[in-house]
Amino acid sequence: MSTLTQSTAPVAASAPIIKPTAAIRSWKIPITFGGFAVLSLFLFVVLGRGQRGELSTFRLSQARDVIQLPAVALPTFVTGVFVAIVLVLLAAASAWLVYRHTKIPIVFSILFALLFLVGFLAWAASGSTIPVPGLLIGTVTLSAPLIFGALGGVLSERAGVVNVAIEGQLLAGAFSSAVVASATGNPYLGLLAAMVAGALVSMVLAAFALKYLVDQVIVGVVLNVLVIGLTSFLYSQVLAPSANLNSPDVFPRLDVPLLSEIPIIGPVLFRQTIIVYVMYVAIAVVYFGLFRTKWGLRVRAVGEHPQAADTVGINVNRTRFIAVTLGGVVSGFGGAYFTLGAVGAFNKEMTNGMGFIALAAVIFGQWHPIKATLAALLFGFATNLQNVLGIIGSPVPSEFMLMLPYVVTIFAVAGFVGRSRAPAADGKPYIK
Amino acid sequence: MSDTSVPAAAVAAAPDPGNVKKDGSERWTQTLRDITGGSAMISVLAVVFALIVGAVLIAFTNERVQETAVYFFSRPGDLLQAVWAAVAGAYSALFQGAIYNFRANNFLTAIRPLTETLTFATPLIAAGLGVGLAFRVGMFNIGGRGQMLIAAGAAGYVAFAVELPAGIHLIVAILAGLLGGAIWGGIVGLLKARTGAHEVIVTIMLNFVALYLIQFLLRTPGALQAPGSNNPKTPAMLPTAVFPDLFGPRYNLHAGFLTVIAATIFVWWLLSRSNLGFQFRAVGQNPSAARVAGINVKNVYMYAMAISGALVGLAGINQVLGTVTTGFGAGIDAGIGFDAITVALLGRSRPWGIFAAGILFGAFKAGGFAMQAAEGVPIDIVVVVQALIVLFIAAPPLVRAMFHLPTPGTTKKPAIRAVKARKTNEVVAK
Repeated sequence: MSTLTQSTAPVAASAPIIKPTAAIRSWKIPITFGGFAVLSLFLFVVLGRGQRGELSTFRLSQARDVIQLPAVALPTFVTGVFVAIVLVLLAAASAWLVYRHTKIPIVFSILFALLFLVGFLAWAASGSTIPVPGLLIGTVTLSAPLIFGALGGVLSERAGVVNVAIEGQLLAGAFSSAVVASATGNPYLGLLAAMVAGALVSMVLAAFALKYLVDQVIVGVVLNVLVIGLTSFLYSQVLAPSANLNSPDVFPRLDVPLLSEIPIIGPVLFRQTIIVYVMYVAIAVVYFGLFRTKWGLRVRAVGEHPQAADTVGINVNRTRFIAVTLGGVVSGFGGAYFTLGAVGAFNKEMTNGMGFIALAAVIFGQWHPIKATLAALLFGFATNLQNVLGIIGSPVPSEFMLMLPYVVTIFAVAGFVGRSRAPAADGKPYIK
Repeated sequence: MSDTSVPAAAVAAAPDPGNVKKDGSERWTQTLRDITGGSAMISVLAVVFALIVGAVLIAFTNERVQETAVYFFSRPGDLLQAVWAAVAGAYSALFQGAIYNFRANNFLTAIRPLTETLTFATPLIAAGLGVGLAFRVGMFNIGGRGQMLIAAGAAGYVAFAVELPAGIHLIVAILAGLLGGAIWGGIVGLLKARTGAHEVIVTIMLNFVALYLIQFLLRTPGALQAPGSNNPKTPAMLPTAVFPDLFGPRYNLHAGFLTVIAATIFVWWLLSRSNLGFQFRAVGQNPSAARVAGINVKNVYMYAMAISGALVGLAGINQVLGTVTTGFGAGIDAGIGFDAITVALLGRSRPWGIFAAGILFGAFKAGGFAMQAAEGVPIDIVVVVQALIVLFIAAPPLVRAMFHLPTPGTTKKPAIRAVKARKTNEVVAK
C-alpha cells in the first residue's frame, strides 16, 4: 500500500518512528476459510457423491502447440474429497495460527484459493474436458479493458481524485477508436483516438473537480451518463445510417516468437493482440511510475496529504490534473479493446458496466496497480469461466455458476480485504 | 473512494447568505444578487444551457442541416431555417409528448402526456429517494438494479401466486417487495458495518447475483415462471394485487404514484424530523464525529442501507404492480437503478428535490419517446440533456462565470473565486 503510513503514536523528537506492531487478533481469514471449506465439503462431497467413477479432464495444450502436454484426467469424486479435506485442514491451521497470535502467511491464502479452484473445476467438469489454455487465454483477453480501466482509476485516485467515470472513459475510447479507425482505415490511429477521447473525459472530470470544486462522485456519475448519451445519440444518428464509419479492422492475434511456445504460459500470455501487449507495458509503467519515480512520489503525496505536498512546493492541482489526464489516457486505450480488439464495431452502451467492475477492481486492489490488476484478472476469469462452463455444461443450474464469482468477490472483500483504505485525500479538493 | 465524499460536501458548499448582517441599502442589492445568483436561477440557467447544447447536437446531426450547410455562403437563410425546423420540431415534440398535446381534439386527450410523465416518474422518484437517502448517510448505492429485481420478484410472486382478497393482496404484495429490497440493501449495510466491505463493490456484485437469481427463478417452473410456458417470464399479476388506475383506464397513471408521494413524505419526515434521520445526517457529515457523539455508526449504516434498499425496491414494485402487469422478465428494472443516481444528484439528495427531479426526468423520458417517434431524433439526446443539467447544477461557479452572474455574498473572496473560475473557463476552452 502506501509508503506514507500515518502513525498515531506520539513520537518523541529524538526517537525514530516505529510503526505499531501489536498484532490485533483478526478472525476474518479463518472464518472465510471455514466458510469456503464448508462450501467445498457440501459441493464436492455431498453433491459430488453422484460423480463417483467419473473423470474430470484438464486439457493443458492446444492443438497447434509445439510442446504437447498430455491431458490430465482426475477422478472427480476423489479429487473433491481430497481438496475438501485439505481445505478444512488449512482453515483449522489458520484458526490455530490466529489463536497463537501468529500472522497467517500469504502462501496459505494462495494455496487455499488454488486448491478450491481445482476442486471446483474438477467438480464442475465431471465427465467432460476443461480446456485450461482456452480458459486462461480468454481470461487475459476479457480482463484487458478491466485492467486498463483499473490502472486509469488507480492513477487518478492515487492523486486524490475519485474516478467513477471509468465507464465513460472506456466508452468514449471505444466509440472514437471505432470511428477514427474506420474513417482512416488505420487501427493504430484508432488507438490514438481512444487515448485522446479518454483524456478528454478525464480532463472534464479534473476541471470540474479541481477548479469548480464539484463533488467528484457527482461529476463521475454524470460524466458516465453524458458519455453514454452522447455516444448512443451519435451512434443512432451518424454511425447506424452509414456503415462505413463503424467497421474498423480488428487487430489480429500476434504470436511472440519462442515465448509463445512455452507450455500453457505461452499461448495464454504471448498469443494475444497488440492491445494486450500494450497492457503488460502499461501495468509495469504505472507501477514503476507511481512507486519508483519522483513524479510518482509527488502524485501519491498529493493524494495523501496535499497540504504537506504544497508546503514543499509541489503544485497540487497541476499534479492532480496531469495524473487524472494520464489515467484517462490509460482507460481510454482500454476502451479500444471493445471495438478494435473484440467486436469490430461500436454498439450502444457496449461497455456494459465494465467500468464499474474496473472501479470495484481498484477498490478490491487497494488502490495498488498490481493488486488492482490481479483483481481485474479475477473478474475476467469469472466472466470467462461462465463461457467455458456454459459450453461444457455443469451439474448445477448455470445461473448459480454465473453467480459464484460475484459471491466469492463479496466474501473476499468482506473477509480478506476488509476495510480498504483509500488515499487519505481521495475525493477532497485542495483549496489553498 | 472515501466514504464521506458523497454530496455532503456539495451540500455544505451551498451558499448560505442568511447569516450575514446587512444594513438597509445593502439588503436590497443582496436580495437581488441572491435571486439572480442563487440556486433557483442557476437551476433554470442549467436547464436552458443543457437544452441549447442538445439543440446544437440535434442541428448538427440533422440531414437537412448538413445539406444546406454546403451552400451556406450563397444562401445562409436555408441553413438557419433548417436548424430552426430541426430544433423546434424536436423540442415541441418533446414538450407535447411530456406535458400537453396541442394537436389533440379535447382536453382529456391533450393532457394524457402529463399523466404519462407521472407514470414514468413514479419508479424514478422511488429509486431516487433510496439512492439519495444513502447519499445523505455518506454511502453510494449503485445496487439499484439488484434491489429492484429482488423487490420485483418478491412482490410479483405474491401478486400472481398467492390468492388474497382485494386490497389486502395489494398491501401484502407491496410489503413483500419492500422486504425484498430491504434485505438486499441490508446485506450491504450489514457487510459494511461488520466487516468494512466497501459498499460500492458489494452493491455492484449483488446486482449480478440478483440478476442471475431472478433469471434462474424465471425459468424454474413453480418459482417465477408462468405455468405451461417456456419463456423466462412470469404470469400476469392477479387483478387484486394490481395498483388501480388513478384516472380510469384511459390513462396509464396508477395508484403507485400515491405510494411514491407517501414515500417522499416519509423520507422527508425521516431525515428532518426523526431521531434516526438526525443520526443518518450526522454520520453522513462526519462518521468519526458521530461516533464520538455516541451514535452507533454501524447500526446507522445497516438501517440506512435497508431503508434505501426498500425505497429502491418500491420502484421495482411499481414496475410490476403498476406499469408492466402482464408478467415481467429479467429486464424489468429498465435501467432505473442507474437513472436514480442522476435523479438523486439533481435533487441534491433532498426528498422534495428528488421528487421534482424525478418528475423532470419522467417528462424527458415520456417526451423523448414521442420525439423519437415524431421527429426521428434518437431518445438518447434526452440522456445527454439530463446529464448536462446535473453537471451544470452541480457547478454553480461555472454557470455564474458563463452568464456573468454575481456571486451571492458580496465579500471579496468569492469575487476572486469568480475571476479564477473565469480564467479556468478559458483554460478549459483552450
